[in-house]
Amino acid sequence: MNEVKRPLSPHLQVYRLPLTGIISITHRMTGVFLSLGIILIVSIFVILSQGEQAYSSLQISLNLFWVQIFLWGFIYALFFHLCHGVRHLIWDAGMGFERDDMNRYAVIELIASVILTGLVFIFFQG
Amino acid sequence: MRYQSALARAQGMGSAKSGTHHWWMQRITAIALLPLSFYLLQFLYLILTAPYSETREWIQQAFNSTALILWIIAVCYHAALGLQVVYEDYISSIGRRMTLVWLTHLVFTGLAVTAIIAIFNLVFAG
Repeated sequence: MNEVKRPLSPHLQVYRLPLTGIISITHRMTGVFLSLGIILIVSIFVILSQGEQAYSSLQISLNLFWVQIFLWGFIYALFFHLCHGVRHLIWDAGMGFERDDMNRYAVIELIASVILTGLVFIFFQG
Repeated sequence: MRYQSALARAQGMGSAKSGTHHWWMQRITAIALLPLSFYLLQFLYLILTAPYSETREWIQQAFNSTALILWIIAVCYHAALGLQVVYEDYISSIGRRMTLVWLTHLVFTGLAVTAIIAIFNLVFAG
């Protein structure tokens, strides 16, 4: 098919997204990232079922610095996606569409996801 | 060549009658994942810190393995549906889009089955 190259008027890249817009696209990006993370979790299940020796090597690998970075990124993404997901459910119920509510929820989501990740981090340390 | 007017053809097709199914399942799995994610985090905690015997004992408890299996089913379905929406938004070629959607559903079905079999092996390993 021959596509005619027409000039596009500038759109997304010339506007500063409002906070709600940034959160919305982050929700999508964390969703894709978490989907990829599922592959890691499934691998953990498989390795775990291979027995004790495989388990020890797995535990050592998971505690490597860069794997830890990825893992905590995954956990933060999980909480972010969860918090914004709850807001989607509130929206689905037909509530929370006023501009003030939207901005307030956006801040609440961000704070809640950081606090939840922090709590889990503290819990994981012992 | 079909001897039908455009209107007759459109009327013959009717509606798909399942337009909201994906949307609805995305919400159902989202609500299921709210409590189930807690089990995933507990599992990750054990994997990172606990010895093999402790992790296996935890999984062998019926309630925990059931929760993990439900988690994996819900999360794979949720992820496949979510990725499908992303493709539908950004990929305009119908052929490429359909292929990716099918592939994604296939991959996530495979991941779910793999994980469930691994959990079964752990539970029934004695």
